[in-house]
This record gives sequence, structure tokens and C-alpha cells, in this order.
Amino acid sequence: MARFLLSRVGFGLLVLFLLSLFVFLLFFIAPGDPARVIAGDKATVEVLAQIRAKLGLDEPIYVQYWLFISNVFQGDLGFSYRNQLPVIDIVVDRIPVTVSLVFGGVILWLGIGIPIGVMSARKPGSVRDRLGQSFAVVGISFPSFVLGMMALYVLYFLPAKAGWKLFPPSGYIPLTVDPLQWAWHLVLPWCTLALVSAAIYARLMRGQMLEVLGEDYIRTARAKGLTERRVVYRHAMRSAMPPLVTQLGTDIGLMLGGVIVIEQVFGLLGVGNLAVSAVNNQDRPVVIGVVLLGGLFVVVMNIIVDTLYAFLDSRIRTAA
Amino acid sequence: MSVLKTPNQAAAAADVDQVHVVQRSSLALTMRRLSRDPASVIAAVFIIVLVLFAVFAPTIAAWTGHGPDEQFRETGLSPSGIPVGPGAEFLFGTDQLGRDVLVRLAYGARISLLVGVVASIVAATIGVTVGMLAGYFGGRVDTLLSRIMDLVMSVPFLLAAIALVSVLGPSLQLSIAVIIFFTWTPIGRVIRGQVLALKQREFVEAARSLGAGHLGIMFRDILPNLMVPIIIYSTLMIPSAIVFEATLSFLGMGIVPPTASWGGMLSEAAGNSIYLAAPWLVIIPGTALLFTTLAFNLLGDGLRDALDPRAARKA
Amino acid sequence: MSVLDVRHLNVRIPTEDGVIHAVRDVSFSVDSGDFFGIVGESGSGKSVLVQAIMGLIPGARITGEVWFDGHDLLTMKPDALRKIRGRAISMIFQDPLSSLHPQFTIGWQIVEQIRTHRKVSRAEARRMTVEILGKVGIPDPDTRFSAYPHQFSGGMRQRVMIAMALVLNPALIIADEPTTALDSTVQAQILDLLHEMREEFDATILMITHDLTVLARVADNMMVMYAGHKLEAGPARELFARPAHPYTSGLLRSSPGNYEPGTPLVPIPGKPPSLLNPVTGCVFAPRCPDAMSKCWSETPPLRTYSNGLETSCWLTEAPSEPEASEEMQDVSTLPITVLNPNTTELATPIVQINDLELSFRSKRGRTSVDVLRGIDLAIFRGETLGLVGESGCGKSTLARVIAGLIPATGGKVHLAGHDLSTVNHEQWRSLRREVQLVFQDPYGSLNPRRRVGSIIGDPFRIHRISSGEKRKKSVQQLMELVGLNPEHYNRFPSQFSGGQRQRIGIARALALNPSIIIYDEPVSALDVSIQAQVLNLMSSLQKEFNLTYLFISHDLAVVRHVCDRIAVMDKGKIVELAATEQLYADPQHDFTKVLLEASAPEEKPQSRAFPELLSTVHAGDLTAGDLIAGGVR
Repeated sequence: MARFLLSRVGFGLLVLFLLSLFVFLLFFIAPGDPARVIAGDKATVEVLAQIRAKLGLDEPIYVQYWLFISNVFQGDLGFSYRNQLPVIDIVVDRIPVTVSLVFGGVILWLGIGIPIGVMSARKPGSVRDRLGQSFAVVGISFPSFVLGMMALYVLYFLPAKAGWKLFPPSGYIPLTVDPLQWAWHLVLPWCTLALVSAAIYARLMRGQMLEVLGEDYIRTARAKGLTERRVVYRHAMRSAMPPLVTQLGTDIGLMLGGVIVIEQVFGLLGVGNLAVSAVNNQDRPVVIGVVLLGGLFVVVMNIIVDTLYAFLDSRIRTAA
Repeated sequence: MSVLKTPNQAAAAADVDQVHVVQRSSLALTMRRLSRDPASVIAAVFIIVLVLFAVFAPTIAAWTGHGPDEQFRETGLSPSGIPVGPGAEFLFGTDQLGRDVLVRLAYGARISLLVGVVASIVAATIGVTVGMLAGYFGGRVDTLLSRIMDLVMSVPFLLAAIALVSVLGPSLQLSIAVIIFFTWTPIGRVIRGQVLALKQREFVEAARSLGAGHLGIMFRDILPNLMVPIIIYSTLMIPSAIVFEATLSFLGMGIVPPTASWGGMLSEAAGNSIYLAAPWLVIIPGTALLFTTLAFNLLGDGLRDALDPRAARKA
Repeated sequence: MSVLDVRHLNVRIPTEDGVIHAVRDVSFSVDSGDFFGIVGESGSGKSVLVQAIMGLIPGARITGEVWFDGHDLLTMKPDALRKIRGRAISMIFQDPLSSLHPQFTIGWQIVEQIRTHRKVSRAEARRMTVEILGKVGIPDPDTRFSAYPHQFSGGMRQRVMIAMALVLNPALIIADEPTTALDSTVQAQILDLLHEMREEFDATILMITHDLTVLARVADNMMVMYAGHKLEAGPARELFARPAHPYTSGLLRSSPGNYEPGTPLVPIPGKPPSLLNPVTGCVFAPRCPDAMSKCWSETPPLRTYSNGLETSCWLTEAPSEPEASEEMQDVSTLPITVLNPNTTELATPIVQINDLELSFRSKRGRTSVDVLRGIDLAIFRGETLGLVGESGCGKSTLARVIAGLIPATGGKVHLAGHDLSTVNHEQWRSLRREVQLVFQDPYGSLNPRRRVGSIIGDPFRIHRISSGEKRKKSVQQLMELVGLNPEHYNRFPSQFSGGQRQRIGIARALALNPSIIIYDEPVSALDVSIQAQVLNLMSSLQKEFNLTYLFISHDLAVVRHVCDRIAVMDKGKIVELAATEQLYADPQHDFTKVLLEASAPEEKPQSRAFPELLSTVHAGDLTAGDLIAGGVR
């Protein structure tokens, strides 16, 4: 098992290395002169040369990459072209918003998706199943920004126009400042995020459960005289969960990218929002920083999930 | 190896053996099953209407007399610069620049369908090829290709996409390329898994023992057995490609304005929250987008149920 | 006193193709302490019957009565039935790997069973579990308690299942094909264990199987089912000795174990009916050698004989014993162009294997597994060589090495005079024509998405022998040769039955007129009555065209019937090779002896006079039992 995990960590490092190479090369071949972005249009040739030297931009590409990667390992992602602040600080500053969004969203989507999936699978073809399936297909089809904008219009704007303050339009209140306000500001983004993913998980869970419920050992469990509740929640769930956990890890990892749209719609200043504005401002160190952070997030989540999976599956756990 | 394989006598020993079922793959049967599912029929009709809508976009423009990028600052905007709502002159209202939403919707449909279909076909082709090679040859080939698929899957795609777009500049071609790059992996994995299972089947061994070559086995023996997942997955890839494109355009990284695209229309509606004053700017393209993805998803589900009755019984 | 009393049970299962009437008006009762067997081929409804009784088939429409311990199980509330399941009636299933939950330890699973039905402490439940595990022969039960199912062998897993079934000392144990997935030596051990446990626990066992020889070993009473109907029931000994129903007698006749070697088997012609269609008259009539005109139109009566047999049949005398008929048509009248029997000297080996070795390296390349360890073998023209062994002994692998599908890692294989290790790619292509394979699984060996004509035509296409009309003609000749209707050229494999599919496989193998045909368990997936048809086809083809066969099987009875010489394989080696009858009469190697012992059929009971007919109850008549049951309700 240790061996298995070691190989996963190795793969994660490979992912990160390739990702860093990708962003680095991308910006290296990119048109446009970073020195000019920093110095502005009026800068003289001397100033530009000075900036280039300071950033190592006149070195050969592999030296630049080496400089870049060794800095990254020391936690130094460089400075924003725009406001000269360390990229790491800028990014870290935005993390709480995004993590709050993802955290609440995940809990909500699992809380909605899994029960619907299980209920559907217990009686395939029933009215409950049809309702669950309809929810799933509509949810999967709903682009999250459309859902978000519609939610804002219906749940914020219309009540506000009628003089009724149901939900705030946007903004983020830190959890440490006021937990209630924190949650209240995030309810709409959470729901938007959760509804789409809940639909996917409802389907996934239903499929998994149906497959497991058709297994011979479920028949054995029934023949043993266990209650249907125990058959479903103890025996079937035990086998249906591991694949779901894997999927969840991947999804949470990728969420950092996925929340970009929701942050845009609800005006939340999270990591995704940072990425979009950095792209618009041609602020390359920040873009690189966000992409690398995103990659790191995916890799870490995957390793956690693989560990969990190995622990959950008796066949992997007991393998020498 | 010598374990007896008696046909599964579990529940419903519906011994297919004795029942002279009409061959499953027959087109007529599939169509009959499909037509019995009202959701699929409605979805199919919607898609046909949508395609006609997109094809006849110029006709609609000519009929209304409004070009897709034409701005009607006199008739299309109120004196204070607010777009006018749906009415006789502008069936679906106008946008913040006084352009006809109906005409732009029709032109946007062209982009969505083009991106959805082209990206899905190319991505499916790549996915099927890679999945087939990985599953069929196994060993090192499989390890390498699977690792590549894993790699692509662990890239936060929206982040990478916007990084790419920010450097190369937004365009239709780049959007399609990005979508293809990040959507071929799921079908690749599915096909790889299927091929791995099919390869173990004795009919493949039978073909080998007869002296059939690799290509012959892949195309004659394995590919026909993959048609069902390929059709289903390709259909289901279309809506996600459409949403992907709309998302890119919504973030300003997809189709370049003033070319009409649904994501772009929504993005413009979101800009300065103008949609709060002119809700049709969200409702019309948003609903079009939702119904389109819904229609393809429903059709995909319907196809799966019709083509794969075993899964259908579960569904 | 009867433990289980089933009356007029009907089970209908709705499917997409229509309602499958899987069990039709079946009545029987199992007495306390009885070992009751239900035998039937696939689709006979035997498994559906017991699972329906236990409420394990959701969606099934069940009518009739099932009396157990004073209650009708069919009218019971689901919760009350649940309390009976596992406590008063427990079940053992066919595949012990898939029937145990892979993610829980076996101890946990047995403890769960105990604590569901009895209020005992965890410690007490654990003690009970360890005790029962020890009783069913699990070594070191205390430590094995916390092992997972995948850490046991197939036989050991089935012992765990048996322990689970016994632990609450149930009144009735239902065993559904408990030995089918196991090797014959293990099969014998499990049967012995069941027998032992029945004595020790004084249990009643209801066992379902497709295998007559298994029941002959253990059952006291039995019932024969066919297409959802009960055709015959009574004491097992009598049923084997003097069956009154033509189907039972046909089954016994076509079972390879019950026949004198060298004589052809007598199969039951035709195939079982569709369960979707209503039945008029006797369901077996279309395949029955003794069918009379009223068999087709009138429901057969229930006749009771002096030896205790109950038979649903119009016949009042012993079923006839038809002779083996050459079902093949006279091939000499066929315009054969594809087949051209070679007549070479008998003494030249077609396959010559010297010191063959094969080892697979594990994925990481650190350890290697020796699959074949020094095989020497020669196969001569015109003979059938049997290759027998248990699962994992390497016999199928050996077949694939000879067929050139797996390269050997040591030793030499000569095929038709060519050394396989030295031939180049092009030579291999032509050598492929010399060796053909017929596979075990008639479902897996034919591509479900291709038409039969194109499947059988594959050899002609691949080797560019013929095309178009000419190929079609050759294919149709082959189809005729193996007893298929050439008009079915355009059908898909799923439209054929298991036996027919195996004929398709044989036709494909014959196409190139190979020097040797390797059969890998060709009949083990088929029902007994169909097995005999296929085996007979193989022998008559061999006689006609002087073919050479390598016949791989785990079933000694089948091998004995068709082979000239037999090689016994164990752990990658051939431990014994002898002429068939010599091997049976005087086995030399210990492993051969074990195998023979495990598969030895019961001594064939002496035929006695046909019993006296005691009573006849016609359909529509009410029996005394019905009247009483009706009055009680």
C-alpha cells in the first residue's frame, strides 16, 4: 500500500512539473513584453533593460525556468506586474473566499445528491425515481452562470424591488467577522454551485447503487434476513462509496477552476476572480501562480482520495 | 479456467436462448424504442427546430430587417439608454446596444451547434482512438496513454484554458481546440475499459487464432461492439461542449464580440448588471442554452435506453 | 412430517419481451431430515422457484401456497418473511466469491447473521462463529475470522458460506448449485461436508443442481423440472434406476457418465421451448421419443407408481430407449469443396512438444509464475487426445501455446513439421490454417455484432481463399455439415441457442481443413441434453474427415467418452498419459486417482421391472390434499 501511495505522489509531482513547464513556456512564447507592462508605455529603453535584467528576462530560457522553479520551491512566485506585491500573498489572500464557497457547496451537493441517488436506486422506475432522474437531467443541463444569474434576479432583485431584503446581491463577509453574515452572503452561490453538482452525484450514486444492488452478495445479505435498510445502507453503500470518493476528490480538486464563473456572477473576490482579472491585466506572475496553485490543489486532493480509497478497499489494503 | 460457466440462473432466467428476440442492433427497433419515449421525441424535435433556426438565421435577419450586429439606437433603446423589451418590432427585445436579440440568438445558435458538434466529433475520435490503442495493446502503450489521460484530467481545465486564451488571444478556433483538448479523456477512458473487457472475450482470440491482423481485429471485431457507447457518449459530449464554449465566451475568453454567441450575450447582460433592468437578456439566451443542453442530454439518455436495454432496465 | 410444502406454485416474471412464465403449477413437499434435490437444465425454473419462495425476486408475480412451519410464506408480511430468512431457512449460493461481501471480513459477516436474529453479545457471537468455522473445516478459525473473502480459495469460501448457513441451526437449508463453480475434487469435498453437516445438525437440505451425477451421490428424494414444469419426482434411487418419464430417462441416457465408453451418446433432440409461450398438452412433447397425439393437446395426468415415483405423463409403460442415430446427413452427397481429408500415415505426429516451458512474469517483473513446467506430448493424426486437469493447472494455456497465441518461454513445439519458435510472421499466417480452436463459451466466442455468415466466412476472408458468392456457398455448406439451417446465414449469434452457437464455432474451425482442432471445454457450458448432441457431432465429423482433436476438459466423464488417449495435467505438468480405458482401469499417479475418485459416478443401478401404476389424477381433478387444504382455509 505504501508503494501504491508513493507512486501516486510521484505522479502528482510529475503533473505539477508539467503544469509549471506549460505555463512557463506559454508565457515565454507569448507576444508582448512584460517589462513594458510593468514600466508602462512611457518608459525609456534604459528602464526597460533594467527591468529585464532584474527579472532575469535576458537570460536563456532554461536558466529562466530554473530560476522560476527554484523560486517556486522557496514559496516565491514572484511579484505582480500590476502592484508589485508578492504573488503568493495576493493568492493566499483570496483563498478563504474560494474555500468557503467550495466547502459549503460540497456539503450541500453531497447532502442533496446522494440521498436522491439512493432513493432512485432503491425503486428503479418508481415515481420517486422518475422525479430524481428529472432533477438530475435538468441539473446537469443547467449552465451554472445561467442558474446563478436567474437566482440573483428572482431571489435578490425582485424581492429588493418590492422592498424586501431577502438575499444580499454580492460580497463576502469573513467567517471570523460574522459567521451568520458569512453564511447568508454565501447561500445563493452555494446553492448555485451545489445544484449542478448534486445532479451529477445523484446520477453517479444511482448508477453505482443499481450496480451494487444487483450483486450476488446483496442477494446473500437479503437471504440472511437483514432488513432492507441494512442491506442498502450497510452492505450496498459500503461498495458504492469508494468510486464516489474518487470522483469527489477529482471534482473538489477541479472546483478551483469551476468556481470562477460563480465568483464572477456573484461578485466574490476569490481565486477564480483573481485569475480572470490577472488575465485581463496581462499580469503573468499572478496567472502562473493561480494555475500552479490550482494544480497543487488537484494533486493534493487526488493523493488524499487515493489514500482513502486504498483504505476503503479491503483488496488493496490487504495486498502486500 | 475449467470452471463451469453455466448461464446465470439467477432471477429472471430469461434464457435469451429460447426467446427469438429481434436483433438488438437493428435500427428499426432502436427507433421504435426511442419513439416510445416522449422525452426523447420532444428533445429530437427541439434539436431539429434549433438546427433549422440556426440554418435560417440569415432568413430571420432578412425577415425582421435587422442585421445581427446592427444597432438600433433610435428604436431599440429608450431615451435613457435602456434596451426595449419584447414587442412587435423586436420579438425578443433588444440588448444594451439596441441590437435585435432574436436575430443574435439565431446567429448564436450557429456558434453553439458548430462548436458542440465539431468539438464532440473530433474529441470522440481522439478519445476512441487513444482508448482503443491503450486497451488493445495494453502493457507499456496502455500505461503511457492512460497516464496521459490522467494528466489531462488532473489539469484544472478552466484555469488552463483561460491562461491559454490570455496568451494566444480569444478566437473560435482556439475555443474549439481547448474544448477538444479537455473533453476527449472521459470517452477515452470508457473505450479503454470496454476494449480491455472485449479483448478478453473469446471471439477476439478466435480471430487471432484464424490469423487476423491487429487492424482487422480492431475494426471488424472490436469496433462494432463499441458503437453503442460511442453513440451515447458522443451525444452526451455535445451539451458539455456547448456549455464549455458558453462559459468561455461568458468569461470573455471565447467568441470575440461583436459576433453573436449565447455565452457572449449572457456576458454582456451580466456586465453592469444590466439584466436586472432587462431580464429578457438573461432569460432568452439562458433558456435557449438550458433547453439545448437539456435536449441533447435527454436524447443521449433516450439513446442509451434504446440501444442498451440492459442499462435501460436499470434506468 | 414435511418441512416445506409447495402447492400449485406459479411464478411469472415480467420482462421487456413479455411475461416469462418461469414456474408452472409446481407442487412438492420436503420432509424433515430429507436431502431433497431439484434437477433441471438452464431455464427449467429451478432457481427461480426457490428464490421466489424466499421473496428474493422483486417484481415476480407468484401464486400458489408455500407452507413452512404452519405459515404460508407467500401471504406473509415482508418483515415476517425476513425473520424466517437466515434463521429458519438459510441459503447457499452458486458462486462463493461473488456471494460474500468483498469489503467485510468473513467473521463480521457471520456475526451479523447471528446478531440479526438472536440477541447475543458480540463475544458470544464471535465464539459461535469460530466454532462453526472450525466445524466446516476452516483451519485456524480464530485468526481466519478476520480475513476477507478474497483471501480464501473457492472451496474454502464455499465452506464459509456453509458455516453461515448452518450457524443458526435452521430447519431448512436451500443450496442453489453449491458446487457448480468448483473443481471436481473440491466439489466432492463440499458435497461430503454438506452430507456430514446434515447428520450433525439434523438439517433438512433442499439442493438445486443441473448435474444429475451430483444428486445421485447425495439426494434421498428428488424432483425433475423442465421448462417450468415438474415432470417427475420421487425417491432418488428409484428415479435413477427406473425413471418413468421419458425426459428423465433421456437425461440419464445423454449424461456422459452413465454410458459405456465407445458407444455413442443418445441425445435428446431439439431444444427447450420458450417460456413466453403458453403450453398446450405436455411441454416436453416436441422432444419426446414416446409422444402420442394426445400429448400435444391434453395436459398430462399425474401418475403415482408403486416405487414412489410421481410422473406427469400420458405414458403408462417404460419410456423407450432410442438408439443413437447418426444425426448428420450423409456428407458424401454434399458438394464439398472446402474439405479435403488428408490421408497421411497415422504414425506422424501433427503436434510434437518437447520440454515446453512457460512462465509469466508478474506486472512489476520481480516474480514469475511457472504455468507450464516441462511438457512432453505428441498428438497423432486421426486421434483424439484428452487433456484433463483442474482449473489453473495450465491446460488452456497449453492449448494456446500450441495454437500459437502465446509464445513459449522454453522448449520446442513442432506443428505440422514446423518449429514454432523459428517460423517467421508470414509462415505463421499460413500455419494458422493448420490449427484451429473451438472455445468453451458459446456466448463469448462469437462476435455478437456480426452475422453468422460473416463469422463462419472469416477464415476464407482472412486467408483470401474466396469471396462473394463463392464464400457464401462454402459457408452454407459448412452450416449444413454441422447441422445448422443454411438459410440462417444472415442471423446474429444471439438468435441461436447455446448448442447451435457451438456448432457455429465448429463450422468456423472446420473451414480451413486444419490438421488439428483444439477444443477448449467445448461442452461444459451446455446442458446435458445439448452436450450429447455436440459431442456426437464432433465424433461423426472426426470419423468422416479423419480429423485430429485435442480435447480439453475438466470433466472426466466427457473425456472418457470421446478420447483415445488421456493426458492428466497438474500444476503445469503432465503427470500421467495413457490410453483411455487403461487410465480408468489402472491409474498410476496419485493425482489421477484423486480425480477419478472425485468424479466416479455412482454405480449404475440395476434395471428392474417397471413399477406398478397405483393411481392417475387428471388435470382438473381435485386431490384429497387439495380438498383438505381448501377446507382449512
